[in-house]
Amino acid sequence: MTSSTAPTRPRRDTGVRRATALRTAGTLTRRRAVNALMQGVMYVAALLAVLPLLLIVWHLAREGASSISLDFFTRMPKPVGEVGGGMGNAIAGTLVLLGVASAIGLPIGIGAGLYLAEQRGSRLATSVRFLSDVLNGLPSIVMGIFAWQFLVRPLGHFSATAGGIALGAMMIPLVTRTTEEMIRLVPTSLREAALALGYTRWRTSLTVVLRTALPGIVTGALVAVARIAGETAPLLFTAFGNQFWSLALDQPISALPLQIFNYAISPYDEWHRLAWAGALVLIGLVLIISLIARYATRSRFGGGGD
Amino acid sequence: MSQPTHGAVVEPAAPGGRSTTAQADDAIAGSSRGDGVYRFLTTAAAWAIPLLLGLITLEVVLAAWPAFETFGLSFLTSSEWDEVRGVFGAAPMIYGTVVSSVLALVLATPLALGVAIFLSEFAPSWLRTPVAFLVDLLAAIPSVVYGLWGIFVLLPFLRETVMPFLAGTLGLGNTPFFSGPAYGPSMLAAAVILAIMILPYISAVSREVLMAVPRSQREAAMALGATKWEMIRDAVIPYARSGIVGGVILGLGRALGETMAVTMLIGNRHEISSSLFAPGYTLASVIANEFAEATGALHTSALMACGAVLLGVTLLVNAIARWLVWQVAREGR
Repeated sequence: MTSSTAPTRPRRDTGVRRATALRTAGTLTRRRAVNALMQGVMYVAALLAVLPLLLIVWHLAREGASSISLDFFTRMPKPVGEVGGGMGNAIAGTLVLLGVASAIGLPIGIGAGLYLAEQRGSRLATSVRFLSDVLNGLPSIVMGIFAWQFLVRPLGHFSATAGGIALGAMMIPLVTRTTEEMIRLVPTSLREAALALGYTRWRTSLTVVLRTALPGIVTGALVAVARIAGETAPLLFTAFGNQFWSLALDQPISALPLQIFNYAISPYDEWHRLAWAGALVLIGLVLIISLIARYATRSRFGGGGD
Repeated sequence: MSQPTHGAVVEPAAPGGRSTTAQADDAIAGSSRGDGVYRFLTTAAAWAIPLLLGLITLEVVLAAWPAFETFGLSFLTSSEWDEVRGVFGAAPMIYGTVVSSVLALVLATPLALGVAIFLSEFAPSWLRTPVAFLVDLLAAIPSVVYGLWGIFVLLPFLRETVMPFLAGTLGLGNTPFFSGPAYGPSMLAAAVILAIMILPYISAVSREVLMAVPRSQREAAMALGATKWEMIRDAVIPYARSGIVGGVILGLGRALGETMAVTMLIGNRHEISSSLFAPGYTLASVIANEFAEATGALHTSALMACGAVLLGVTLLVNAIARWLVWQVAREGR
């Protein structure tokens, strides 16, 4: 396979030719020393890359853990100067926003993924695949501006719906991509067997192919939810935040990331403490969703899906 | 894999007492209708993506229009930002966006490449999975958490250790790039947090591309007597080069649009300063920081115009990056 491609790419050979030239240039000891040195450099690079993560997790645990109690999850935020209080409304708000986002992002993402997997070669599929990658790379704050201009401005007030739409739009390319990949993994023979037994195409797609790919798609959906759970920028002028307990979809709603942001940039120590605790809870939420996602994948390969 | 087949295929034979031919007739009659609906729904979902992208572009440009109409091209070149007089220019934000992102790339790329090479070439197999997992986890941390950590851990560290070291010990304080007082919130701080944030993206793409390099390429170099590093440098990296560049540009796209962490660390000042110790602004952070207290429609529109500029730049950067990565993926096949 590779031998047939080699002659068509002469420029790939230059590297190998250079290696031959080098072999004669330096002494073996020197070259081995360079090799060992570079190996060491790569080890150090890996260590340096992992270090920030360890530091962040350590600081979160140290600063945040002591503030976490049942009150933190159930109580409302207290005004400046009063000690205590929690982020109950923000946690509930985040869950509502994730629900709205999923209601928008999942059907469109899964539908588009089905289309991309089934109409693989069509012109629309190729451009949709490219555009979904582009959509995935859009800054999250742009999604916020879009939802603000589209929903908040015409209606004249901030709302949970607008925030959910901004987050849902971010979910679509993520879900599309994983759905397509998972459906492609389903063997063609399975689809053919169903069709040969007289299943219509849509029933084959939904009850045989989609069902087989379901655990993988669930994983993809959960990963997408985990990624948008911590988004702040799209919510700044859509969901906006709310000091009170509100779960209404047409009202401004509080969200955990928003609350962390507001507390972090405030000058009050008490609020800083809550910000750390909130960040720890947010990371915990993201981590739990990711772990469930991993579990869903595992059961897929462990067999016995039914 | 065989189990779901089983359950799914047995099912249709069961229902009702009707003859199989009647069932088949129903199926044929229903097939065109059901198939049509199914086809229509999935096609509609696929169309939703281009439509959404178009709608986003349209809405952002609409929101930005009053500012573009009032200031024209001077919006991009002027550095005056005066809410009272109603004059807005985004030059400092464009400068800040470019400088912080490019600096972040300079910091992150060697490290990300190092990790990618480590994972694809050097790492013993027991270390590969945990290190890859930890680096990928960096991408899962929300931006606002990076910001929080940045304010309370990174800023003090930069202010008390790194900045004095750069200005004093290394004697760079007299150069225009490291001059002025070290407050903490600065272009440098934003670049460092951005570097940490984009590192997982660059390293993930690079790792994928490096692993896609054909084995024959490595074996040929080894057979010629190259050491492992010589093999990587002369046979593996040249083959993967354009894919790596694509990954770096993808990282650039991330850095350009990153909002929360930068807003919390860059200091938010409408000024162009050559010193990395000085506070600055980016296109994304000005929107996040000023929207809530925007005075008047023109101010809001000027913020949205910053968003429109950002949208244009990231669209371009992402398209280039995707094209480069695809190019390699196609060649590798």
